[in-house]
Formats: sequence, C-alpha cells, structure tokens
Amino acid sequence: MWRNLKRLAVAILALSVLVAPALAQEEIFIPMLVYRTGPYAPNGIPAANGFRDYLRLLNARDGGINGVKITWEECETQYNTKLGVECYEKLKNKGPKGAALVNPYSTGITYQLIPRAPIDKVPIHSMGYGQTAAADGRVFAWAFNFPTTYWSQASAFIKYVGEQEGGMDKLKGKRIALVYHNSPYGKEPIPTLTVLAEQYGYDLQLLAVDHPGQEQKATWLQIRRYRPHWVFMWGWGVMNQVAIKEAAAIRYPMDRFIGVWWSGSESDVVPAGKDAIGYKAGNFHGVGTDFDVHRDILKYVYNGNLAEAKANNFGEVLYNRGLVNAMYDTEAIRTAMRKYGNRAVGGEEVRWGFENLHLTEDYLKQIGFGGFVRPIKITCEDHEGNGPVFIQQWTGETWKQVSDWITPMREVVRPMIEKAALEYAKENNITPRNCAAEQ
Amino acid sequence: MEVLNSLLVGPLRDIVSAPVFFAEVVVGGLMAGVMYSMVALGFVLIFKASEVFNFAQGAMVLFAALTLVGFMERGVPVGLALLAAAAVMVALAVAIERVMLRPLVNQPPLTLLMATIGLTFFLEGFGQLLWGSNVKELDVGIPDRTFDVGGMLLNQFDLVAAAVAAVMVALLAVLAQKTTLGRALRAVADDHEAAMAVGVPLKTIWVTVWSAAGIVALVAGIMWGAKSGVQFSLSLIALKALPVLILGGPHLDSGRHRRRSHHRRGGKNRRSLLGAAGRGGHRELVRLRAGDGLSAI
Amino acid sequence: MIYRETGQFKTSYRRDQAIFPIAQDRWFVVAALGVAFVVVPLVANEYWLQAVLIPWLVFSIAAIGLNLLTGYAGQLSLGTGGFMAVGAYAVYKLTTAFPELNVIVVFLLAGLFAAGVGILFGLPSLRIKGLYLAVATLAAQFFLIWLFNRVPWFFNYNPSGTITMPPRTFLGVMVTGPEATATVRYLVALSFVVVFALLAKNLVRTNIGRTWMAIRDMDVAAEIIGIRPLTTKLSAFAVSSFYCGLAGALVFSLYLGSVETLAFDITVSFEVLFMIIIGGLGSILGSILGAGFIVLVPIFLTNVPRLFGIEVPVDLAKEVEAMVFGGLIVFFLIVEPLGLARLWQIAKEKLRRWPFPY
Repeated sequence: MWRNLKRLAVAILALSVLVAPALAQEEIFIPMLVYRTGPYAPNGIPAANGFRDYLRLLNARDGGINGVKITWEECETQYNTKLGVECYEKLKNKGPKGAALVNPYSTGITYQLIPRAPIDKVPIHSMGYGQTAAADGRVFAWAFNFPTTYWSQASAFIKYVGEQEGGMDKLKGKRIALVYHNSPYGKEPIPTLTVLAEQYGYDLQLLAVDHPGQEQKATWLQIRRYRPHWVFMWGWGVMNQVAIKEAAAIRYPMDRFIGVWWSGSESDVVPAGKDAIGYKAGNFHGVGTDFDVHRDILKYVYNGNLAEAKANNFGEVLYNRGLVNAMYDTEAIRTAMRKYGNRAVGGEEVRWGFENLHLTEDYLKQIGFGGFVRPIKITCEDHEGNGPVFIQQWTGETWKQVSDWITPMREVVRPMIEKAALEYAKENNITPRNCAAEQ
Repeated sequence: MEVLNSLLVGPLRDIVSAPVFFAEVVVGGLMAGVMYSMVALGFVLIFKASEVFNFAQGAMVLFAALTLVGFMERGVPVGLALLAAAAVMVALAVAIERVMLRPLVNQPPLTLLMATIGLTFFLEGFGQLLWGSNVKELDVGIPDRTFDVGGMLLNQFDLVAAAVAAVMVALLAVLAQKTTLGRALRAVADDHEAAMAVGVPLKTIWVTVWSAAGIVALVAGIMWGAKSGVQFSLSLIALKALPVLILGGPHLDSGRHRRRSHHRRGGKNRRSLLGAAGRGGHRELVRLRAGDGLSAI
Repeated sequence: MIYRETGQFKTSYRRDQAIFPIAQDRWFVVAALGVAFVVVPLVANEYWLQAVLIPWLVFSIAAIGLNLLTGYAGQLSLGTGGFMAVGAYAVYKLTTAFPELNVIVVFLLAGLFAAGVGILFGLPSLRIKGLYLAVATLAAQFFLIWLFNRVPWFFNYNPSGTITMPPRTFLGVMVTGPEATATVRYLVALSFVVVFALLAKNLVRTNIGRTWMAIRDMDVAAEIIGIRPLTTKLSAFAVSSFYCGLAGALVFSLYLGSVETLAFDITVSFEVLFMIIIGGLGSILGSILGAGFIVLVPIFLTNVPRLFGIEVPVDLAKEVEAMVFGGLIVFFLIVEPLGLARLWQIAKEKLRRWPFPY
C-alpha cells in the first residue's frame, strides 16, 4: 500500500515536470485535438490523418515551413468538450513559443476556446464550423472560420435549389425541411434559412433530432406528411447514416436531399449501402486524389505505397478536409514569417498571419492545391473570406462534384454576422476593433 | 382556450382528417418501440437474475456487433460469424461471472450497478481496441425493401425486426415461466443468499443469464447496426432504452407486495436503496405467480 | 502511535459533539486546508488548476448534493444533471438581467432556484420510491434539458443556444469570464466546497439530517414515530437540488465559461451517481473522494504512457485507459463495496493500532 502510494507520488511529480519538456528552439508547435475513438471517431479519424499527413509532407519535402521544422502532438478529445478543454490546457504552452494555433474540431470546444484565445494568445481556426459570428474580425480578433461558414452555406444551398427549380422566383411556395442535430451546431443555419424564407417565400419546416440520432422514425414520418420539395440536413455522426436510411425507407428522392459538409463524407454514406446513391452534400474543397498535393503525399509520406495511404483514408472527403485545414494553417504561419522572419513564430504572430492571409490562384497551384480550393483573402474585418461552396453527389463509389462553385449571398449573411457579433461584444464587454486604424 | 384547443381537439381532428397517416404513426411508433425493446430485453434478463441494472448492456450490444462485423470482415461466412460472435459473448459471460460477479455476491444493488459501469468502460475500450473505431457496414442479408399497404409505407426490415423481437420475447417468457431454470433465476433475483441456501447454483444461473443477455445484445446489435452501421454510438442506445424498460416495468407484481414485511431491511439499510425499496421486498423464493406477464421475463 | 486519542478528555457537550473530536483529525483538516488554500495556488500551473482541480471541486459539490438525497435520505435520483442545468441557466439569466448583482449572491440565488425546481420534481417521491422514483427524476432530467434547449428565452435568443458567462468581479477581483485567472477561480470554487461541505456535515447531524436517515432506513417506522414524510422528503430534495444547482452554476461560470445543454445531459447525472457510489453512500468525505476518483483517474491514466516516455498513438492510449479505468472501478468495488470513504475509515482504524496491531 505504502509502496504504491510512494510510486503514485513519484509519478505525479514526474508528470508535473513533464508538462514543460524541452524542445529545440527553432520549431513550430501545432497542437492537434483529434477524436480517433468514441461516437464520432468515423469522422475524426480521416480528418486527423489528413491534417497530420500534410504536416509530414511539409517536413519531408520542404524541411518544414521556410526551413523551420513543424512539430505536433495529438490529444484525444472524443469530441467531448471537457476533454477538449483539458487537451487545450495541456498543449497550449508546449513548444518554444507555445502553440502556434489551435483547431478545436468541435463546435462545443470552439465556443469554450474563443473567450480564452485573447488571454492565451493562441489563434483559433475553426474551419467551416464553430461560431459563425466569429467571421466578424472586429469583435473576434483571435478566431477565424474561413473559408466559409454555415450561414454562407445555407444561403448557397438556397441558391442551388433556386437554380435547380429554374430560377429564384420559383422558390415561392416551395417546401423545404431542415433536419438538424439538436445542438448549437445544428441550430446554426436556422436564422439564415428563416430570413431567406421571408425573402423568397418558401416554407420552412424545422425538425430537430436529439443526440445521438439513432431513432428518427418520427422525424421522417413528419417529412413524409409534409412532402417537402427539398430536405436539408445539419447532421453529425450516427445521425447521418440513419437519416439516409430513413429517407430511403420513405422513398424520398435522394437527389433532393442535401447534407451539410459535415454530413457528406464516405463514412456517412457507405454504411447505408446503395440506399445512399444520389444523396448530395455541400463541400468547399476538391474531392478525390487527382491533385498535385496528393501525388506529393503519396511520394514523400507513403513512399508510393498506395495501399498504406488508403488505409489512412487517403483521398476521402474528410481526409482532404484535414489537408486543406493544415494548408491554410501552415500558409498563415508562412505569411507571419514574411513579416517576422523565418523563425519559430508564436501565437500572436500567427494571428497576424491569419489576418493577412492571401492565397491567389497562382500561388495555390504552386503549392499543389490548384483546383483543390478557391483563392481566398482574409482581412481584419472579414475572418470568413466568403469562400464559395459546391454540391457533391454520392455515386455509390465516390463523391462527385455536380455543381459549379456557388458564391453565397454575402449581402444577406454579412449583416446578420455583424449583428450577432455586436450582440456578443455587448454581452461580454468587448470593444470592437477599428480596422481602418490598424492598417 | 387556444392552447386547450390545440392540445385536445387538434390531434383528434388530425386523426380524422388523415387516418392513414395516423395509422402510419402508430405503426412507426410500434416499430421504434420494438427496436428499443430488443435492448431492454437484455436489461430485464439480468435484472431478473440479480436485481441489478446492467449498465453495460449498451456496451455489450456494441461489443457483440463489433465482434460479428470483425469476423465477417475477415472473410468468415455470415452463419459461422454469428455462431462465433455468440460464442464470444458466452465466453464473456463466463469471464464476467468469474472476475466480477463472484466476488460481489450479496452486495447491495447499487454496488453491482457500479460494477457494471466499470464493465461498460472496459468493454467500450476493449471493443475499439480489438476492432477499431471506424464505422462498418453490416449486412447479414435481411430484406430491406419498402412496400405500400393502402397508402401506408411499410419496411420489410421493420417487420423482420418485429418478428425477431416477438420470437425472443416468447422464448424468454417460456424460459422464465416454464422451466426450472426460470424458477431458479427468479429465486436468485429475490435473494442471493437464500437462493444459495436452498441449493440454487448461483454460478450457473449467472453465467446462463449473462450469456443469454449477451446473445440478446448480439441480436440487438445486428438490428441497430444494420440501420446505422456498426459504430460506437450503438453503445449509447442503452441509455435511451432505459426509460422504455422502466416504464414497462421490470416486474409489475411489486405493487401487490408493497406492504409486505420489511424485516430484512432493518439492519442492512444500504442494500435496500435500489433493490428492496423498488420491489417492496417481496420474499417468495420459488413460488411462481401466474399472470406476471411481460414483466416476468 | 501518532494517531491516538488517549488523553484527550471531552469535558463538555460541545467538545463531545465536535465534528472532528480527535485533535489529530483537526490538525489534519487544518493542514489539508492550508495546503489547498496556500500551497496549491503557489505550486500548481494553469493546466492543473483548470483541467484537474476546478472540475474536481465543482463536481464535489454536486456529489455532496446527490449524496444528501440518495445516501442520507434514501431517495434515488437521476435528475442531477437537470438540476445542475437549472443552476447554470439561472446564473446566466440573473447575471445578464442584473449585471450589478454580486456574483456570489447570483450563485446562491441560482441554488435557490434549483431548490425550488427540486421540490417540484420531488413531489412524486411521496408516492413512489426506489427505481420508480429514479424514473420520475429521469423525467425531470429529460424535461429540463428539453426546456433549456427549446425555449430561446433561457439563452437570450442567441442563435446557437450556447450560454456564455460574462466577466464579473467580486471584491474587485475578476472571478468569472476569460480574464479571471485560474487561481482565482480555483480559490472561489474551493471556498464554496469548504463552506458547503462543512454545512452538509453539520446538517446531517441536526434534526433534519436524522429524520432523513430515519426515512431512508425504514419509511414506515419513521412515519410511526412521528416523522412527516412530506416535509422530510421534500426538504431532502430541496437541499440536494440547492447543492446541485450551485454546482451547475459553478461548472458554468468557473469551470467551463460557456455551456450548451449537452454539458448537463443524462451522462452527467450518471457520472455524479458513480461518484457517490464509488466514494461511499452516506458520507460527505466520500462524495469528495468519489468526485476525485471519477475526475482524476482518467486524466492520470491519459498521462501515464508519457510518464515512461512511451509514444503511444492517442486512440490506443484512450482505449487502454478506458479498460484500465473500468477495471479499477470493479477492483475497488471488490476490495471495498462500501466505497472509498469506508477505505479511509479502515485506514484510520488501522492507524490507531499501529504499530502494535492485535
């Protein structure tokens, strides 16, 4: 008993020493909050692999970013907010300059970290999730959610539907149902869809599905009765697979069923088998492996071993999303280096890098992302960049892009974002920055 | 007035105006209930034998389904994989009895509940360790076509699920009501010590019951897994099935015995927290009651 | 040898009834408090405070609350998460509506709100008990979470439904919000735990506490000797919900800073129940130890591989951690089914006879 206690004490001591291990000076540290276990692991694994592989590629091909090596450490969150906070606290001061940035990979964790970011000086990049209002950089100086937000996506969906129906004026009298995960994440598109419903005269029905979403019979019976022309879904995890099955069970036409970009990966459709063929989803980056960056990863990271790459989800939608995320983050670091020099940069400098990120078509081609993502420019006011969205469709084998890039309705979304940001600022005693003065 | 109208009159009007839809809702609700009942059945089995809520039932569903899919992925034919998965569940039951239940004989129900929580963590970790956390497609060849009956959409899969659930309920009802094993099982539920004293082999009973619960979990895992794919979330349905179980009543007869003697509880008040308080301390050991109905399973 | 009460004579009723009648116990408690209040803030880094100690403290209060109801009054409840949510949302509504109101007062008021809700949902306990009561409280859990999820008034109509604690000061020091340091938040949480643990410890020795235990041990007999089940059970629900509401308020404002209803879902109710079972039913110390076990052990296990300098993939580490954690729970139950508090008691007994056990 006593020996055990002593061992425990020694272990605890060792633990507190280990919290700050020595790292070489010239390294950039990126914490990775991942979920490779638990209910959302099917989504978390490919995203984490993609992110990791891009960092590996940079280290292997270019020796890091502008010659500065990248280090990273994974921490398992199980998509659980409390574990996520613990991970963040553990990793935020690691590396010679602390964490360069953080990707929460969960809306709940993002909400936790946004107030902490200005204190800890760690910029947050919640790519296509998190708090939509963070697109207003005047209030949310430390949070970035480019290339696009849920609200923009919702407006892009409406645009797509209008186009399919043969004109935005045809939306009048159409019925649209939104099936959403009953959480802050799932509620995100509601304000936008409601505002647009008034503008275009379509009817909107909201159907909440409670976590985790394995039982949706009642929801789909309601849809069967309502007979919507289109169904949108803001789903996550097991909810997606069940929804697709249930939609098939009521014979809902799959090509009129559009999921959010978190409901459109291989793991969402494969378990539903052939029922899922025709199902659509939004996306903001290329699908497949036909890009320069993929060829490089195969060459430098996997030494040409395609089977091993495939085992690491190579080319899946969420793998590609991890890649894109890592690219944006490392490019922000590179931008920061242009100002501060080719050395390890800290959170504060990376924040500047994010805010001045400008990726042109030519440059994207250079780094292997030609045709993979759209050019983007982030400014002090605009942390979203208003990146366009496209619709992809499941063929039974692969996802296929079936629409052009759709530009969201910025004129509708942006005022809403600014309003929400101002409300947040008021509630939390934040004075919005004056961006004109900062330039 | 408006509220009353929408609460009381509205639904009735809807029923009259859309009778087919109403029927569909009823059928849909029944089908959903059947799915949950398959999980709840596992709870009831173990509750009957040890007066304890097996919190790990959900984890067992996950573990069983993962094992089945794991075997199938490695090229084992469906039938064989089913048998193998069932065998694994029996082995698991033996291990649980050995390691966990035997040292905890005659402990208060809340302690046993806590032990099953420990088991939950263990099984969730072990299952993912063995078979991975990724979602897996499960197709054991159950027909899954939708057909039309007088405007109502019915799904073959749901009907199969209902049939399977009915067969399981019937089998277990017979087991509990008509066999010596069932009688012994209920005796154990009443009082571990007393059951042992009259010669009920506690060990065998528990292994049998946990094996049965494991196989029920396997069936539930197949049914739920065919819908959503086999993934960690299977473990979460147990929490949703819990209210189903309790509303149905793990044993309806407790009400009749509420005022029966409570003498055992005098000195051992802790053990009465969940168990004796819930069942009103009914004491009959071997006597069977006719008409216990569903709750006797 | 060192832990022996020989020679400590109790010459007054007051001394005889002290919470810690043995001098060594008093010294120990004083020393422990000294460490907690002075040494820990000086030594611990932000990770320890924020990710380990603060959650332990706030969940200790919830565990004490549930232990009063389940361990002392014998009423099984699965509504803890719901009552905690009441506390959290009450804090949010109160402090956004009355920003000048002292934040400590807001916490206490939030507890009172929860107590009111607790009384309401405790009413069924007059007719049903045991498992069936657990279901009634489960209904409370689901209803309350549903309410906070669906009625936008509770989260001030913001689009996401997430509530965020605004910055508030107490005695000129920032207590909540992102700028409050972890040390301050730790000290506030610790003060609440100390005050309310002592309060609970005293409460169970009063008339009220004794009636709770009488009802727990045998309700019919208690009724016969003149204890009114109505007031007894409802007071247990009220006090317990007060503690749970307070804990919810602290989880929201000191620990997480912003929450959605998922932070108080059914798994929290179960988690708190695990805490009191593993800690020991009917023991205040047990509640705190149990909360420590459930909060600390997983964190400790996560960091074990790194202690030995082994690089383990995170998924593997997490899976093994779950298995070990589960195994530990079963192991502790087999060693001592009555919880950690009982182990502590046994240790003390042993210590009295040390070094000459007979």
